[in-house]
Parts: sequence; C-alpha cells; structure tokens
Amino acid sequence: MNGTTRRVVLAVAAPVAALAFAIGLSSIVLLISGSNPLDAYGDMLKHASKLETQVDILNRATPLYLSGVAAAIGFRMNLFNIGVEGQYLFAFIVAAYVGGQVSLPAALHVTVIISVAMIVGGAYSGLAGALKVTRGVNEVISTIMLNAIAISGIVAWLITEWQAGGEISATGGRVGTEPIAGSGLLPDINSWLELVTRDIRQGKELTAVLLVAVAVGLLYHVLLNRTVFGFDLRASGMNPTAARAGGISPKRMIVASMVLSGAVAGLVGLPELMDTGFFPSNPIKGLGFAGIAVALLGRNHPAGIALGALIFAFLDISSGILQVTGAASREIVQIMQGVIILAAVVAYEVVRRIRERDEAASAAAALAVGAT
Amino acid sequence: MRKRLLLLLSLLMSFSLIAAACGNDDSTTDAGAGDGDSITVSLIYDIGGRGDQSFNDSAYAGALRAEEELGITFTEASPNDDGSNRAELLQLGADASDLVVAVGFLFEGDVAAVGAENPDTSFGVIDSVMLDFSQDPPVPYGENIAGTGFREEQGSFLVGAAAALKSESGKIGFIGGVSGVGGLIERFEAGYIAGAKAVNPDIEILSEYVTAAPDFDGFNAPDRGKEIGLAMYEDGADVVYHAAGGTGAGLFEAAKDHSDMANRVWAIGVDSDQYLTADPAVQEFILTSMLKRVDVAVYTFIKAVVDGTFTGGPTTYDLAIDGVGYSTSGGFIDDIVPQLEEFKAQIIAGDIVVPTVPE
Repeated sequence: MNGTTRRVVLAVAAPVAALAFAIGLSSIVLLISGSNPLDAYGDMLKHASKLETQVDILNRATPLYLSGVAAAIGFRMNLFNIGVEGQYLFAFIVAAYVGGQVSLPAALHVTVIISVAMIVGGAYSGLAGALKVTRGVNEVISTIMLNAIAISGIVAWLITEWQAGGEISATGGRVGTEPIAGSGLLPDINSWLELVTRDIRQGKELTAVLLVAVAVGLLYHVLLNRTVFGFDLRASGMNPTAARAGGISPKRMIVASMVLSGAVAGLVGLPELMDTGFFPSNPIKGLGFAGIAVALLGRNHPAGIALGALIFAFLDISSGILQVTGAASREIVQIMQGVIILAAVVAYEVVRRIRERDEAASAAAALAVGAT
Repeated sequence: MRKRLLLLLSLLMSFSLIAAACGNDDSTTDAGAGDGDSITVSLIYDIGGRGDQSFNDSAYAGALRAEEELGITFTEASPNDDGSNRAELLQLGADASDLVVAVGFLFEGDVAAVGAENPDTSFGVIDSVMLDFSQDPPVPYGENIAGTGFREEQGSFLVGAAAALKSESGKIGFIGGVSGVGGLIERFEAGYIAGAKAVNPDIEILSEYVTAAPDFDGFNAPDRGKEIGLAMYEDGADVVYHAAGGTGAGLFEAAKDHSDMANRVWAIGVDSDQYLTADPAVQEFILTSMLKRVDVAVYTFIKAVVDGTFTGGPTTYDLAIDGVGYSTSGGFIDDIVPQLEEFKAQIIAGDIVVPTVPE
C-alpha cells in the first residue's frame, strides 16, 4: 500500500469506524431493552427515505448547523463558547420584537430582522470576550453565567414585557411577542427542492434559513482559509505563543472570534422565527448545547459540521417513527447521539496517532537514506 | 479530508434524494374517520411522557377507560426533550389515526398548523381552548380542532379554603411551576389566594415560582420544590399547595422532613389525586389535591369521535360538571367537607366569582 492510498484509507477509516462502532453499541442497547435492532433501523431508514421526512430533517439540521458553526468558530481559536444557548435565545426574542414593531418592504424587513439577531448575539457573546481580555475571566465560566442571566433573567423578563394581547392570558391561548408581518418572513423554498423531486405534501415547508446556513458555511470556509483574519485565527488557536511572536494581537483575536461566534449564534433562532412569526413562550431550547456536539462531530470543518448536523437531525426525527411503530423507545436516539460523538472522538484520535507514527517512520526512513 | 467529506456528503444527499423520488408516498393515504369498525387514537404526551404521576398519567387513564368502554385502540408517543418534533409527532398521529389527542398547551401552535393540513383527522388539545385570538371575536382554529378550558381557579379556590381552614399558624404557601406562560399557573395562585381569604381575610400567603418562561424546568424540579417547601415551612407556613407538576414530589418530601423534625405540616397536590399516586411514605402529609379531570377530557374527546359528534372549539371543565374539584382520599379533610361544598355551591351558582389573576 503506497502512501497516498494509506492516507485516503485513514481519512475514511475514522468516520466509518465511528459509525460502525456506534451502530454496534446501539444494537446491543436495543437488544438489551428487548427491541429488534434490524426492525428499528429498518423503520428509521424507511421513514427517512420519504421526501417529507427529509424536509423535516433539513429543517432540524439548519439550526443545528448554525449552532455548530458558532461553536466551531470559538473552538478554532481555542475558545469554548458554551454561551450559544443564551446568545441565540436573547437574539431570537429581540429580533422577533423589532421585526414585529417595524413595517418595511420585504427585503429590508428581513434584513433588519437578521441584522438585529446577529448584532444582539455578537454583542452578548462579545461581553464574554471583553471580560476575558480585560479581567482574565475564563470564557467557560462567563458564558455559563451569561446563559443563566440571558435565559432566566433577561428573556424571561422580556417575555412578560413584550407579550402581545393582554386578554389572551385569562383564557389560555398562544403567548408570545407581536407577530411579524408577512413582509418580514422568508417564504419556504419548497419550489427549489421540487425542481429535483416530486411535489412536497401540503404542510411541510422547507425553511429558507437553510440558504442562510449554507451561506454562513461558505463564508466560514472562506474566512478561515482565504483571509488574513482566518490565518491569524487558526494560528492563535494552534499556538498562541507563536502567534503572538508573529505579531498577532491575542486580545483582538479573542474579542473578534467571540463576537463572530455570537453573531452566528444569533441566527440559530431564525428558522423557528421564520416559521412561527413571533417569539413563543416555549421556544425550542437546547440548540446551543447540541451545536457543541455537532461541531465536535464535524471536527470544526464546514462540511463536517453539515454532516454532523444531518446525522443528529436524522436521529432526532427518527424518535417519532420509532414510537409510532413501537420498534424502540425514543431514548435510544439520545443514546445513539452520545455514542456517535464518543466513537468519533476516539476514532479521530486513533487515526491521528497512526498518522503521527507514519510521519515519524517516513521521516526516520528519509534520514536513514540520507545518512548512507 | 475536506474534499472527501464533501464527497461523502453529496453522495449521501443524492442517495436520499433518489430514494425519495422512488419511494412510495404511502403517507398521503389517511386512515379517515369511520372507515373501520374500531376508532384509532394517537395520544401524544407533553415532555416527560407517561409516568409523571400527574398530568400525563391522567390523560393515559382517560384513554385506557375509552379502550375498555368504547373498544377503541390507541398509541402513545412523547416529544424529544426540547420539544422540537411536536409537529412531526402530530403528523405521524394524523397519518395513523382518526383522533389525535395532544396533552398540554405547548401543542397549541403545532396543532393549529397540522390540524389545518389534515381536515379528515380530529384533534383534541388538553389545556388550550384552541381559539384563534387574532380574530375578533376569537374563532376555533378549525372544525376538526377542539380544545379544553379548565377552570383551575375554581378548584384552587376550594383547596385554598381547605388550607385556610386547616392552618393553625395563619400562614400558608403556594409554589408555582413556571410563571409567565400566559397566566396559566397564575390562575391556580389567584383561586388559591381567593379561597383562603374567603375563610380568613387576615391569612398570610407565601408565594413563589420555581422558574419563569422560557425556562420550563420548574415543572420538573423536585430538588427546587423541596428547597422552597422547606423554606416556607420554616417560615411558619403549615399548609403549602403546589401547581408545579413533577416538582411537587419535592414539596411532599419537604412536608415529611419538616413534620419529622418540627411541627406537623401539610402539602396539597394538584391535577391527579396525589394521595393515591405519590410515594406511600409521604401519603399522610397530602391534605387534599386539586383535581383537574384531564382523564375526563381525554375520554370525552374520544367519545365524541366514536359518537360522531366531534366539533371544533373549546369545552369548559368547571366545578359545575366536576371538571375540576378536590379529593378526599386519606380522610384528612372529612370534617371540613360541608364548608367546602357550600363554597362549591356558591361558585356554581355564580355568587362567588373566582379571580383568574392573583390580587
């Protein structure tokens, strides 16, 4: 086996081994819990082969992807932004409120909503960056605290403050901010998908935020690999001392990457906002934490995160069909998600070590050849 | 590495698209009401699912009764922990059954949307009136979408009166699960306070909420329930009522612990008759429970579909039809039942109007 083939095999081996391990372990869990793994996997795949389910999966993967990219921007800089959760909920409610207050032409209205979400997310995340560079507060601690302040403090207060329709409360009914007018909501992009597939059944709408997510992924890729800032970011993340010696200001990089991370985090609530049109009292939560797992699974790589988001979305969506067919309990989905992350981390580490050993061996061989 | 991932991704995507294009769209064939002998029902719980000894279990009891008495069949499902797949579950339910019963107000928006797309399936939602308030006057979301309106403030009034009648210290407590959810839990508080004050205008009432929306952990935080309960008992309250779902288990423990160490105190349960559902060790500390007959509501939805009388809009469950009430298990309030029944009669007659917003 020559060097190139070996490298290719190694690169493919990690994800494949991780997946195989995850399926194996999940099968054991399924067997122990008295379910037939083949039935369960069969139901999941059959369900996922339906176009409508794929729309569901893409809709679920979109916020997961945005959250994953937000976390990855921090990771690349060796910053652990756990605050995506608080950042997106805070950005979500402010963007919903502002969007519900203004009346603008469609393109401008949407732009305002997206901008507000990014600014609020970026500013709130930047707070953690500022605390780190001015006061040396670890961003893990500060973002956890800022999560609590945002969710249980600011957002909880804003919900009651900005609640639309006072008389609704006495009789029940949907509670949330003032609904955004149609001009502020992106239409679904079913027609785009229908170009390559059959018609999507009524009621399933593919979110247009998917396009925003793709754009964010491309920008993330370009920024990281084709710009000076991206080089500085990667350099600071890989070796802060060397980067500083190279004239890169660590403080500037910390604040900038936290703000960027938060700005992307601000977009995480967008799919739900564009769907419901307002901030409900029960928004989908936990996307910020799921994003950390997705980024981990995707190795902080734009395409890898997409794959991670799709896998997670597929598993999340599968929980429903497993319950309906009775093939397995829904908890198996969470177990599989956990096992996949664990397997991926271990597999990548093993491959990294094999690579290092290979490199050391080939270097030694080259030296030996040179010596004679 | 990057290119290979991209390749893998695109391969995966194209495979799935091909599969979608080829796959049979068997999901569009709806079961449709009344095309078989047996009515099928999908029961979709709120986060947490069956086993909460309270809200969801009560819904299950109603479906079970319908299975025995009406010969229906039903399936159960619970959403993911973040509630992200509610709409998906509703659609799966609509594909497979004649009636979808969604347990909890959190389903409101999704049922409105999914219900509109599946006009041949009936939808019933517990704890939401399912009226579109953007219209004036509000109208039902659809003829196939029914809701329930529980008058929790009326039931809470009676347990509030019971608390005041049983309190020796003149100080009682209230623990709410989550505040700011459209005033839902505040209704329990308002009725409780009004009932207590009707007995003893000078009574002191401690009131605390575990969390505020959008943080819904307050409905399932027994540790916090115990903490708050102990603090209230130590502060001199001798009866504490909770409207906090699974958090209540902590309050019951607090009542036991405080009674073991200091003076005898009481807790009041909610939704189900918690004397029967709670841990036997804490049974003797549960004075009464505010009953919210979710089981009756679920059974009524199913019966309406079986009888072919299902219509859209809300049904009110109040004291008059025993949609709410109080429990007497344990016999701790036998001596004050006459007084409570008198209050009940006055509320039904309209002589007492129970407030829905805490004073």
